[in-house]
Amino acid sequence: MNHDSYNDAYIREILNTVKTVAMVGASPQNVRPSYFVFKYLAERGYDMIPINPGQVGKSLLNKPFVASLQEIGRPIDMVDIFRSAEHVMSIVDIILTLNPLPKVAWMQLGVRHDEAAARLEAAGIKVVMNRCPKIEYGRLSSEIQWMGVNSRTLSSKRAPIPTQGMRLSLNRSSVGGGSTAAADRVAQQNNKDKNDTA
Amino acid sequence: MNDRIPGFGTLAVHAGAQPDPTTGARATPIYQTTSFVFNDADHAASLFGLQSFGNIYTRITNPTTAVLEERVAALEGGTAALAVASGHAAQLVAFQQLLQPGDEFIASRKLYGGSINQFSHAFRSFGWNVVWADPDDIPSFERAVTNKTKAIFIESIANPAGSITDIEAVAAVARKAGVPLIVDNTLATPYLIKPIDHGADIVVHSLTKFLGGHGNSLGGIIVDAGTFDWSKDGKYPVLSEPRPEYHGIKLQETFGNFAFAIACRVLGLRDLGPALSPFNAFLIQTGIETLPLRMQRHSDNAKAVAEWLSAHPKVAAVNYSGLSDNRYHALARKYAPKGAGAVFTFSLKGGYDAGVNLVSNLKLFSHLANVGDTRSLVIHPASTTHSQLDDEAKTRSGAGPDVVRLSVGIEDKEDLIADLEQALNA
Ligand SMILES: Cc1ncc(COP(=O)(O)O)c(C=O)c1O
Repeated sequence: MNHDSYNDAYIREILNTVKTVAMVGASPQNVRPSYFVFKYLAERGYDMIPINPGQVGKSLLNKPFVASLQEIGRPIDMVDIFRSAEHVMSIVDIILTLNPLPKVAWMQLGVRHDEAAARLEAAGIKVVMNRCPKIEYGRLSSEIQWMGVNSRTLSSKRAPIPTQGMRLSLNRSSVGGGSTAAADRVAQQNNKDKNDTA
Repeated sequence: MNDRIPGFGTLAVHAGAQPDPTTGARATPIYQTTSFVFNDADHAASLFGLQSFGNIYTRITNPTTAVLEERVAALEGGTAALAVASGHAAQLVAFQQLLQPGDEFIASRKLYGGSINQFSHAFRSFGWNVVWADPDDIPSFERAVTNKTKAIFIESIANPAGSITDIEAVAAVARKAGVPLIVDNTLATPYLIKPIDHGADIVVHSLTKFLGGHGNSLGGIIVDAGTFDWSKDGKYPVLSEPRPEYHGIKLQETFGNFAFAIACRVLGLRDLGPALSPFNAFLIQTGIETLPLRMQRHSDNAKAVAEWLSAHPKVAAVNYSGLSDNRYHALARKYAPKGAGAVFTFSLKGGYDAGVNLVSNLKLFSHLANVGDTRSLVIHPASTTHSQLDDEAKTRSGAGPDVVRLSVGIEDKEDLIADLEQALNA
């Protein structure tokens, strides 16, 4: 599958169906992007599990930290990987030992690892790379528009009034997929540069 | 697999707007309020910490203004936008994220006179040093690059002379220098030219002109193309380093390819303060709904008027890139195939006095210092918008003493030509 860009249907289906999300690399510091995303997804009704071996015994927004994916003790739908690319392969090794396997492995903004993606996909796991689930949820629901961001969606329907803890509708019509033509161009170029130097 | 991409006209009407969740109002309501209540202390803290999407105070975000922002971002093909009080405020806020005192930026010599003033005086007083380059001589941009250069700034269609800048050639210089290209797209609007498609990293507008389009509201906007990597070499610490005012957040790491627009909002607009009124945002976004129709008509009328003027015995020269004998015609056909815009200059054989007479005898054209109104406008730049430049700079920016500038409106072209004819013969 092409990971330079994703169409909205792919991302929408993931965000509409996963319920339990384990975040590897969740930080207790409230200025780290992982904290932002953890908090936002918890507010939108996802069952969030923070994974960080250095924080065991503490909690993140009332959810106890777990040392590793293998110690969760119940099935998870999605692993959100908040670690840099060099750590991804060892996390994939662990993901592939889980039973049942998660449905989705999501790597955060700036993280891309094509070899890891190929292994996950061969095991039937959907992969998203170099995207943020908070941004994508905010975009597809258009909530991110409050910040002047181009949601790349349109709707002539009256939206529900957002309240805390509510799942927003992600079913707006798409404007050609999540990323702009210019962003796609840059992603392709960066990936080409990386492969050329590799 | 691919999602459908709506056309420009559809985006001009719909992007960013949706029926109001509370009332069902279909037109975007004017949220004429300074502030927004918090659900609880935790909600307030997450908004202030940038952890949640939402509104705090209209200096930073406003739901009416947000519709305008998303709409212009969508029309330009950018990732996000920030609307501010004027075109000049947009330039101030955009540059403030990029330059530290002692830094340089390269700007085209052919710019709106007010921008030349802003760069030469106000910006110099902040220690942001402009270095001028000639858009008709692309290597002059390359020669101007130093290790202090932080950005390159051009106008897509330059005010007042309507000349077209070779955006792709300047973008190549910017890429090589490792700095963002900023394009002022005011006179073209995204209907005629989309600078991001040609390599711009940031687009700015005076919304006061064709986007608002009705001469009733000042406004400006900054569009982030999402194409520039701010963290690659430490040249843009505002975007790549921890921000002390937000307890150490790194903006590019947190916001990815719309980090520049967020920096402009949560640092620039928050601290400098030139917020757009929600009422102006409403008027401007209503104007944008008809942008494609107006812009085509503006351009078609301008071409008809320019053709008529070039055949007139009292006219010495017409500078309109939409005319086939113009030196910018090849660039116009490449960058603005639908039309070359509505602003151009011409000179009269009778010189300065004939220009002044023409302006005073016109009955339909309004004599004023603006462009991009539904109404046709006329001005003598040398004695008004460009009066603070010396003679050499006036001529270099296309505003010599014998030059008259038109901004052709959307009236019937026959009436505009008749008005020019009676004024030239008076
Ligand atoms: C090309 C261009 N850029 C910027 C500006 C400044 O915009 P504002 O008057 O909205 O501050 C103008 C205004 O004439 C302009 O024509």
